[in-house]
Amino acid sequence: MTDQALGQAQPQRINLLKVLGPAHVWALGVGIVLVGEFMGWNFSVGKGGAFGSLIACWVIGLLYTCVAMIDSEVTSTVAAAGGQYAQAKHTIGPLMAFNVGLYLVMAYTMLEAADALVTGDLIAIAAAQFGHPGLDPRPFVVLTIALLALLNYRGVFMTLSVNFVITAAAFTSIVILFIGVQPWNPGAVLQHQGLLTDLPYGWIGVLAAFQFGIWYYLGIEGTCQAAEEVRSAGRALPLGTMSGIITLLIAASLTWYITTGLIPWEYLGQDLAPLYTASTLTGSTVLHVFLFVGTIFSAVASANGCINDASRAWFSMGRDRYMPVWFGAVHPRYRTPFRAILFLIPIAVSFAFTGLLDQVITFSILSGLLGYTFMPINMHKFRKKWPLGSIRRGYVHPWHPLPAIVLLSLCTATYFAVFLGYGVQLLAMIGFYIVVSLWFAFHRYKYVRRGDQFTMPWPRPLGY
Amino acid sequence: MAQKYDPPKQSGLGQFIDSFFLMALVYAALLLPILLGLTGGATETVLPDGVTQIEAEDGTVTWQGLTWESLGQNPTMQAQWEKLGYDVEAAAEIITTRFDYSIAPLSLLITAIAIIGYFIFLVTMSEKEYREVIAEKFDARR
Repeated sequence: MTDQALGQAQPQRINLLKVLGPAHVWALGVGIVLVGEFMGWNFSVGKGGAFGSLIACWVIGLLYTCVAMIDSEVTSTVAAAGGQYAQAKHTIGPLMAFNVGLYLVMAYTMLEAADALVTGDLIAIAAAQFGHPGLDPRPFVVLTIALLALLNYRGVFMTLSVNFVITAAAFTSIVILFIGVQPWNPGAVLQHQGLLTDLPYGWIGVLAAFQFGIWYYLGIEGTCQAAEEVRSAGRALPLGTMSGIITLLIAASLTWYITTGLIPWEYLGQDLAPLYTASTLTGSTVLHVFLFVGTIFSAVASANGCINDASRAWFSMGRDRYMPVWFGAVHPRYRTPFRAILFLIPIAVSFAFTGLLDQVITFSILSGLLGYTFMPINMHKFRKKWPLGSIRRGYVHPWHPLPAIVLLSLCTATYFAVFLGYGVQLLAMIGFYIVVSLWFAFHRYKYVRRGDQFTMPWPRPLGY
Repeated sequence: MAQKYDPPKQSGLGQFIDSFFLMALVYAALLLPILLGLTGGATETVLPDGVTQIEAEDGTVTWQGLTWESLGQNPTMQAQWEKLGYDVEAAAEIITTRFDYSIAPLSLLITAIAIIGYFIFLVTMSEKEYREVIAEKFDARR
């Protein structure tokens, strides 16, 4: 195999292929996130009740709208693999970039582990329902991750084309369930009148629900990881990202409406796969089968997108020597970051096998939240260092700095939400990021080429 | 004019150790709350008036005074619980488990200081490194 490690002295640098369009960007973003409608979001019902979860869904939807607006402007301008990591390198500095890269790797690798666990568990549940109880889900976990890794290894175009098909199928299963529960005929199937209650914890429960409200949308910012592989960054990224967030807002609203009309909130707040459970409660075998397939597809699509995104972030850090340069290699034939893909696979499997699903999910959410907190700082510095008109932007988001201010405020509220019930985990994660930051600043940074970090053909930033 | 920085070459063993160290830290962060016995959401059991729960030495739980009405469940809710395969005692285990949202001010203060301090450190240190990057990119000579 004649691979080439980037960063070493080479006569010609192999780049990732530019083959993706807006539909692939949509498939990457929605594919990662849609599983959040099938599992995980409902823990927000447990923390704040059904209405608390709905308010969290909308408020956190606003948070992600700000994320998508900011990301669309910066990524369409900084078109490089690594997404927010590449942005941080150009606007804030290496230590921030290292942290942002790690947020991405941790958020996606742990989400991938959770997706694979859900796939295995759901297959075991279905096997039990068909008369084969006690099926060990672990081989399915390994098989899922291994097959998706192979797909990612062989090329990004096929990977995201597959994601487009299975994500669209999973979204369609939600729409079919929505039609199947006859929303035009309240009381026939849906029982909102009898099931909806007042806020069980009052308004503090609504705030606490923000933590898992993030699960409705976690990962949509992953569209930025495709920046180096899209044919037109200025068109594909804003179009794919904004249409993705609209799709998710629709899916989240439908999901809330269906499940709260069928499942008591106390059960819903701790269920493994609420849409699947809702389908079983309709008594329809057709809906049951559709939602089984939809849930599996959503988990597989998410794991697939996570492998794609985590490997791009890890690859980018290797290429820049933030991590060992060995990871910064592109496959000479498939043009994929194959070493980064392969390295992260056993790690994802081992996270899945720790059995610490709630820890893994919380680490993923917190890594995502830290990444969102970086964005307002990033946006402020980006506009300050390169004001409008000083460089060519693919897209300019409106109402700056309002989205950045709203985003920072909502991030602060969400930290408080995580503190309510998961304060120890929050401190442990922050402790982890503080230790690795010290490790980078005082050890790892010595291997980094300084001027090579700035790769965009931009003028010198204002004030430097 | 700034001098171009030439980083040392890292050995294969050094690259392996750095990767291993980072992953070991991730596992430590995951496992630390477990070792401290402080995982998951902070929950408590809240029993409705007139309902008591007795736990035997072998861990089996028996309920007294337990009805769907005492758990605040109306006939619609009861019907859905039963469709899910839960009787009143099994449902009570879930319904009576509630989050505890009492706030310890000192703990909140420590958490806030940790998060704010972390970001201040990141921005400050990054700014120092960024100035080196810009100086080398735009001014450097070999």
